[in-house]
Amino acid sequence: MKKENVPQDLGALGKITKEICYATDSSGKYVTELSNGWDVKTEALNVAWKDVEERIAKARQQVLNGEASPLLFFMEYRLMDIGILSDYTGYWKWQIKRHLKPEMFNRLSEKRLQKYADAFNVKVDELKTMTVHEA
Amino acid sequence: MKLDFEHRQSAHCESGVTSSLLRKISGGKITEPLAFGIGAGLFFTYLPFIKINNGPAIAFRTFPGLIFKKTCQALGIPVVRKKFGSKEKAEAALKQCLDEGRPVGCQVGVYYLSYFPREYRFHFNAHNLIVFGKEDDNYLISDPVMDTPTKLTSYELERVRFAKGTLAPKGQLYYAESKAEITDEQIRKAIIKGIKRNCFMMLSIPGPFAGVKGIKYLAGKIRKWRDKLGVQKAGSYLAQLVRMQEEIGTGGGGFRYIYAAFLQEAYAYTHNDELLEISKIFTQSGDLWRTAAVHAAGIYKGRLGSQQDFDQMGDYLLEIAELEKNAFLALKKIKW
Repeated sequence: MKKENVPQDLGALGKITKEICYATDSSGKYVTELSNGWDVKTEALNVAWKDVEERIAKARQQVLNGEASPLLFFMEYRLMDIGILSDYTGYWKWQIKRHLKPEMFNRLSEKRLQKYADAFNVKVDELKTMTVHEA
Repeated sequence: MKLDFEHRQSAHCESGVTSSLLRKISGGKITEPLAFGIGAGLFFTYLPFIKINNGPAIAFRTFPGLIFKKTCQALGIPVVRKKFGSKEKAEAALKQCLDEGRPVGCQVGVYYLSYFPREYRFHFNAHNLIVFGKEDDNYLISDPVMDTPTKLTSYELERVRFAKGTLAPKGQLYYAESKAEITDEQIRKAIIKGIKRNCFMMLSIPGPFAGVKGIKYLAGKIRKWRDKLGVQKAGSYLAQLVRMQEEIGTGGGGFRYIYAAFLQEAYAYTHNDELLEISKIFTQSGDLWRTAAVHAAGIYKGRLGSQQDFDQMGDYLLEIAELEKNAFLALKKIKW
């Protein structure tokens, strides 16, 4: 890539920091050049987040229909799979699978709920009501 | 307390951290491309039986931690690397290093990394940064992808050092033990070692998933994605490929440009004319990766989507595989 071809399409990261690209100058020697971002990859990132958003919306609906507990919603919201959640909470995967059922979730003690709430970085009542604050 | 340390922005976090940690003893000679090349960082792998963020597992670089390890090994510098079971011990060890006057490399997860834009916060646990001081409750952080030094509170730092999930960092910290200066001869030998190792990784790892063979394997798979997954999901998969290839830390073109820069810098130490020619092949390969990315974007934006478009994507990858194969074969043949 030639230095003058380094893309400068302002993306999410570009607003916070510019990133370094390696490119060749007129004599063919490699130099570093700052880039604001590139539409091709901004779009790729958007695709990834659109997928995540769809999964969150689907999970929310499942919880509202009584097919899953709010854990499912927060797992999608925090991009966690059962393995990551198990690591954060210290519960076994099979326990989490049980807690994903609404009837089991409703019987959880305050202490256990707190553990989940900590893992998701929310409060217990927010956990129960699927409330999120962060933008 | 603030150590004598100069923040420098780099393209890739681990080679940047390696270059910065070695700056003092190398007199600044171990640049980012040199660290990347000596550490044999260039790679390709596609693991079809693993999913990352519900997409394909693709990497353009070696396993996290290897670049620092292999660079120091090739230079003959002893390395200290520690993992911790307890958060208290992890912080105590960090403080002790700072008290001894050494900047420390830390492996962290980016999900809770507060200064990162939210769009970039996935559960990715192989980010690297350097801690170089502490003021009140704030640790001074040199994150190689940021253009200025930043800060994290002790709680924030603890949280990212103990992020959970795949490749959990477990508070990992590392630094180079030696204080002896690095000579040009040491660098020359290390360059040759790094190139040889990289040839092995791209050409000779058994099985279809790694190196040049991995690129070919993925080319074949992509042709089938449309029928197997449907256009939309196949598009998401391609988007993931592009993200791994171009996202922060790659220097563009799936690290191929950094490697091309490395070969140019290597020439200054070894004086093999072939290196300059082979560097051009990697530039070509990087350009082709980017052409393929533009094509892939056409698919995930919905502008393209026929089977021919997926076949075309496969053809690009085959062409790249051929280019890189020839480049590494040429590197392998050099008489040092």
